[in-house]
Amino acid sequence: MTELDYSKLGLKVGLEIHQQLNTSHKLFCNCDTSLNETFHVSLERYLRPSFSELGEVDIAALFEWKKDKKYVYKLPKNSCLVECDEEPPHLIDEEALGIVTAIALSLHSTLVDEVYVMRKIVIDGSNTSGFQRTAIIALGGYIEVDGNKIGIQTISLEEDASRKISDNKDEIDYNLDRLGVTLIEISTAPDIHTPEQAEKVAFAIGQLLRMTGKVKRGIGTIRQDLNVSIQGGVKTEIKGVQRLELVPEIIRNEATRQYELLKIKEELTQRRGVTKELILENYKPTDLTSIFASTNSRLVKKELEKGALVYGVKIPKFRGIFGWELMKNRRFGTEVADYVRVLAGLGGLFHSDELPNYGISQEEVDKVKKALNVSEEDAFVLVVGDKARLQLALDTIRDRILYALEGIPKETRTALEDGTTKFMRPQRGSASMYPETDIPPRRIDSKIIELAKTFMPEKPESKLKKFVDLGFK
Amino acid sequence: MSETYAGKALDFLKKFNLQEGDTIELTKNGVILKAIIMPSYSSSDDILVIKLDNGYNIGISVDSISEVKLIKRGEKREEKKAEEKAVKDKSEVVIISTGGTIVSKIEYDTGAVRPALTIEEILKFMPEINEIAKIDAKVLFSILSENMKPEYWIKIANEVKNALDKGAKGVVVAHGTDTMAYTAPALAFSLKSLTGPVVMVGSQRSSDRPSSDAPINFLTSVLVAKDAPFAEVTVNMHGESSDTYTLVHRGVKVRKMHTSRRDAFQSVNDIPLAKVYYRERKIEILRDDYIRKKDANEVDAKLDPNVFLLKYYPGLLPDIIDYLMNKGVKGIIVEGTGLGHTHSEFYNAFKRATKDGIFIGMTSQCLFGRVNMNVYTTGRLLQEAGVVPLEDMLPETALVKLMWVLAHETDLDKVKELMLTNFVGEINPIHVPEMYPRWYHDRIRLQ
Repeated sequence: MTELDYSKLGLKVGLEIHQQLNTSHKLFCNCDTSLNETFHVSLERYLRPSFSELGEVDIAALFEWKKDKKYVYKLPKNSCLVECDEEPPHLIDEEALGIVTAIALSLHSTLVDEVYVMRKIVIDGSNTSGFQRTAIIALGGYIEVDGNKIGIQTISLEEDASRKISDNKDEIDYNLDRLGVTLIEISTAPDIHTPEQAEKVAFAIGQLLRMTGKVKRGIGTIRQDLNVSIQGGVKTEIKGVQRLELVPEIIRNEATRQYELLKIKEELTQRRGVTKELILENYKPTDLTSIFASTNSRLVKKELEKGALVYGVKIPKFRGIFGWELMKNRRFGTEVADYVRVLAGLGGLFHSDELPNYGISQEEVDKVKKALNVSEEDAFVLVVGDKARLQLALDTIRDRILYALEGIPKETRTALEDGTTKFMRPQRGSASMYPETDIPPRRIDSKIIELAKTFMPEKPESKLKKFVDLGFK
Repeated sequence: MSETYAGKALDFLKKFNLQEGDTIELTKNGVILKAIIMPSYSSSDDILVIKLDNGYNIGISVDSISEVKLIKRGEKREEKKAEEKAVKDKSEVVIISTGGTIVSKIEYDTGAVRPALTIEEILKFMPEINEIAKIDAKVLFSILSENMKPEYWIKIANEVKNALDKGAKGVVVAHGTDTMAYTAPALAFSLKSLTGPVVMVGSQRSSDRPSSDAPINFLTSVLVAKDAPFAEVTVNMHGESSDTYTLVHRGVKVRKMHTSRRDAFQSVNDIPLAKVYYRERKIEILRDDYIRKKDANEVDAKLDPNVFLLKYYPGLLPDIIDYLMNKGVKGIIVEGTGLGHTHSEFYNAFKRATKDGIFIGMTSQCLFGRVNMNVYTTGRLLQEAGVVPLEDMLPETALVKLMWVLAHETDLDKVKELMLTNFVGEINPIHVPEMYPRWYHDRIRLQ
């Protein structure tokens, strides 16, 4: 694929930099912030979504609950009853407030007058409470990079999550050492317009943070999240970019994905005249298990032996859409398959643009086409699994395909090591935030400002001058 | 106008004709913010609490706002009132709600936890309960348990009888945890005969949190109320910090032993009646000496609140007893030291009191173990002054029992006899080594 012209595309990127602070204590208790893997207690818990402030269950929370997983929490020495969700949080750590205030001042931000801790619902088990505590400390400001002022939107404090030790179908094990370690989160405005500029801004912010001398160093201590959109697209959240060098590649890929998804929309709605009604009229999942009774596909055979069924469904006028490349190594079919994996717990799906393949023969494909009444311009999808999951999978596929007519769904995606991304979960609504009632509001008073002055990062130039003066040339 | 604002912030709101719920745009230090005005839970009167688009609340001093304009008037939120309704016939388990964390939700106006969630709302949360039993619910009160009063205990007792008389197999009483271990013995002494279990339940994490212990405690309580073989007043709460099982404690032997843990409720000088496995939905009976189901329900809920629980400490002067006598107190439960002692100087005061017909009972601030006032001279002396050693009764249980006894009997000898009568297992004659918790002695934290 040729390189896109990002200014024509209207690329907008915002960064969220999460950096662990090297404070003496965690944000809401007196435990230290070291990492530790010697455990002395373990706890088993379950979480369930709760009604939010607006009286609605948050969609992301509901989605996690469907998985019905058991969470096992292992306690190393730096975890107390607060991390166990067995004691209310203490007051906000003063040192953390001082450091974040110092950083806010050096980014020309406006401090709030009173800090309110909020609960952000997260029920993937990474927080024992089922929410992450977070608070905005400052708003506005900017950082200058190569002569461009990049706006700062918010500067927040939040508690880091538990560290995942292992994960299987029924159970996730977490280490509580990292839970409650203070993170500073700096969100920039979507003022970044090229993939390379994003890397430079992330680097500049990282450098400023390190200059306080109060941030943790090493793998996993800083994480970049990206918010990427193009003209006509939507703001996609990309989580967990650990290597700075990957930032430009990930942005390029995401811009391409959105661009291609918009092209697919145009193709379907403008050229092929596909409508929601047309898809729904034809969406008749059919049991095709008998066609595969003596299949040579090992994948299908293995599932059938476990009592699985094969279902197929026709997608009218979709020929070529599933095979449409959205970014390196990822086609529209891959996107739909990821939805099926994440939301329905199936291994994936087969689509007509890739068959015959995976041991599925031309003969079987022809039989499927006949059974589903698939013509030259149509496509079909096959899913294999137990009945309950198939139902969920088929609903998921239907919804994702319908969205192709609208463009780009609001997603949170995971950054992968090769610079691509994959679907992680639907974007959380604002319903997932409500007040932390156990912690009283904290005034930003002169005591915090005085403390902040002791952490003020020096400007790189003045630090360099100091080094030069000391004889480093 | 605003009810939660005062002083400077209120003046500001009045000046610009703004109120809670309004969407505004304000400028502070050149930063323009679009936000909704939230009710204030600040302690400073110059702070305006606002909710930003991203869901965060922040506090802005009105002194620092250079410009403000109204974008959109807020809509009034409607308060849903819980409907009063009679208990239906043919329900297997009746849930009586009295308030507390288990039926509470966050009050976003004040940021406080408020007991307001109706049981119908909780069922929306926990539809699994419907799989266990046909239930019916009644909101009797909506109060925090620290605001509980003996007169409310009487109402609860009558409501329990009413529900069982209508054919329920058992009753669940949702209650705040702070004083649950007072209400439990009050019900236990007042409900003289029962046709099924009475299960008191609470929660230590409010039900609006994903990690709340309410769903598990509730679910297992409904199971116990429906299926348990005993007919006594119990408390069912988390057995350990993990979401594995709950313990059904005898209501007269249970105590809140921790300020915040899920497993705060534990049996003292006793072992629980049953263990309930939440995932498996299975009740494991731990002992056979439970109170069996009777053919009819009998309530005898009379309580005299003119009693006092006196915790002795070095330096406490005996004239406190004269003060209490002047106040009209008819009985005192002493939480003495060790085996049941106070300073020997209390001899005369106790003697005056008992001569005046005032009951003085001795329990121990050790909580674990039995009082024995024969071992030391002081104990013998205090007994001589008329102080009655109350075996291994918990101080709170002894206090509530005394309220009940004094409402039925005024003769001091009769009161003494009743106080030492073991009505519902409040006295455990045999203590085995397992009835004392095992504390950790290992070096856990290495810093």
